[in-house]
Amino acid sequence: MKSRCLSMTVGVWAICTLLGGASASAEELIFSLITKTNENPVFVLMRQAAEAKAKQLGVKLISFAGKYDGDNASQVDAIENSISAGAKVIVIVPNDTTAIVPQIKAARAAGVIVMVADSPLVPVNAADGTWATNNFAAGQLIGQWAKATLGDKAKDARIAMLNADTMMVTNDVARDNGFLTGFGITVPNRKVWGSETDPRIVGHDVTKGSPSGGQTAMENMLQKDPTINVVFTMNEQSASGAAQALKAVGRDKDVFLVSVDGTCAGIEMVRNGTIAATSMQFWLDMATDAMQAAMDKIKTGAVPPVTPGLDYVDSGTKLVTDHPAPGVPSITSEEALKLRGDMCKKAS
Amino acid sequence: MIETNPESRAMTMRMSAAPEPEAAVGSPDQMVASFEIDDTDLVRRLQNFLHSYPTVVSATVLVLSLVTFGLIVGPRFFTPFNFSLILQQVTVISVIGAAQTLVILTAGIDLSVGALMVLCAVVMGVNAVDHGMPQGLAIALAFAVGALGGLVNGLLVTHVKLPPFIATLGTWNVFFALNLWYSGGQTIVAQNITTAAPSLQVFGDSVNFAGMRLTVGTVLMLGLYALLWYILNRTAWGRHIHAIGDDQDAARLAGVRVKRTLVSAYVFAGLICALAGWVLIGRIGSVTPQEGVTANLDSITAVVVGGTSMFGGRGSLFGTLVGALIVGVFRNGLALAGVDALWQGFAIGLLIVVAVAIDQWLRELSA
Repeated sequence: MKSRCLSMTVGVWAICTLLGGASASAEELIFSLITKTNENPVFVLMRQAAEAKAKQLGVKLISFAGKYDGDNASQVDAIENSISAGAKVIVIVPNDTTAIVPQIKAARAAGVIVMVADSPLVPVNAADGTWATNNFAAGQLIGQWAKATLGDKAKDARIAMLNADTMMVTNDVARDNGFLTGFGITVPNRKVWGSETDPRIVGHDVTKGSPSGGQTAMENMLQKDPTINVVFTMNEQSASGAAQALKAVGRDKDVFLVSVDGTCAGIEMVRNGTIAATSMQFWLDMATDAMQAAMDKIKTGAVPPVTPGLDYVDSGTKLVTDHPAPGVPSITSEEALKLRGDMCKKAS
Repeated sequence: MIETNPESRAMTMRMSAAPEPEAAVGSPDQMVASFEIDDTDLVRRLQNFLHSYPTVVSATVLVLSLVTFGLIVGPRFFTPFNFSLILQQVTVISVIGAAQTLVILTAGIDLSVGALMVLCAVVMGVNAVDHGMPQGLAIALAFAVGALGGLVNGLLVTHVKLPPFIATLGTWNVFFALNLWYSGGQTIVAQNITTAAPSLQVFGDSVNFAGMRLTVGTVLMLGLYALLWYILNRTAWGRHIHAIGDDQDAARLAGVRVKRTLVSAYVFAGLICALAGWVLIGRIGSVTPQEGVTANLDSITAVVVGGTSMFGGRGSLFGTLVGALIVGVFRNGLALAGVDALWQGFAIGLLIVVAVAIDQWLRELSA
């Protein structure tokens, strides 16, 4: 028994050494990518794009992720580990835009360039540069589309709001309030979702951003009010579950289901009519542009850019729908797939 | 079995630090007499009864919560359709809960059930849809993965002698990582599965009758419970499972092949997880690697709310189904009543604490 234990220990140690053996040479530049989670396809793709960019820049990429959406503690560890691994640049998608600031300040004080992608810090200038989607604008786009598509019926709309979590995650709140604003509903408090009092809102429920969460929430909403005809979902995973629930009661054809993200699966769902419209974001550009800007800063001392009128670089949003509405600029699902390029080869 | 030998009971009393319920009431001379069981004591008789039928507690809670929400929400809640909806909403967790009950009865715990379920669903979906594998083969492969996952858990517990909590804490992370690697984090959308591999969604098909909508998945889940009930209560293997959970050493001395039975229980649980993965695809239509993150804890919730003891050996399979239903009724009822999602979690938390408190109270009978 003892010898078996010993041999196992030796075996595990050998594997670890092999895995760790591929360490960087002394003069190689190290970039670190820290994402919110490992499981979200967006971050899987972001990591792949960052790997490709690292090759192009001739640097080594190390990557970390939080355990769940909102997991700040893992990202604190990741920043410390990046610094001790000798990273010169950190590109982070922060889980908690306020709580992570002290660690980012410490990293910059240690001479590391910190770039933020997707969720701007509070305050924004705590980072060297920021690349993000204006999530409020993304929500606003689908809100405007829904309103224009409904036309006169918008004033009697029955709207279900499917959010991610009760934790009031920044993006979740911004998308929700953006949608309502685009639809023409007054939002008294933009810091939280659910502050509006418009009678057209049937209610809010949370989905954890997963299909089964979206499905259960949608089923319960329909029980509460069977006349629901507009459904906002904060991401396409929960939209797929909501669509399943609508289909089960034969409402999939006459309910406008809108979402945000523009993942490959999401564009696919727009194409096959599961989702009416979605707001597409360009996260891969966020990560790769941030890496490029960091490289420029190292080489030439160039100051990272910002979009005029904003304090970050707006990576842009495009409305994806196969049913364009007057006055709301959009692209078709085919065009969206083309824009995604190799990223969505599997899905098409 | 309820221990009725007064001598051993007195020993237990002297050894146990838990205060007797009678100790709080009555005079000192009565406390000496409390070593004898007084069958006329109402509390004690109730305890006896509930101890013999652990499902009664949870079934009572279920009925009470149905009535309560019926009164609060009104006709929207109290319809055959809404009840069938709740059944659908708890189907996946009930299947996983059956696997969890099996393991908890052996005085173990399986934290890897949710991750294994999603891994099996992903294996099914990726092979049948992306790789064009024949559907039957992809499904069989997923069951093989489920059995293998269970085997690894079982061997870690019996041969490497890790506590089940630690062993499955490890495999939970391993299975989840494998699932993300195998799927590339990508969702396979429902429509593509319908086109390429419709049999993966077979458990989502439904029949309507008497205003209810029952899915094939729900019917299968009920069938699984009936089968498992028979196995656990009417076969030697089932009795061995109970015996191991109650007292492993005694079971070994009585001639039960403890290691082999334990491994087979974990493998069986793994197979049920694969089945749950298949049912999950039927329920949500798509294959999503992000699913089931909390399924392990949700299944443990169903088991403890259903009155199965976390210490093994005592519990009821149907209690788990009732436990899952209680949670489902709470979620659905609170949502229909317009209660903030935040307080839904609060209510479920209270449920768990109360359920285990009752369980402890009953255990005072048979330490």
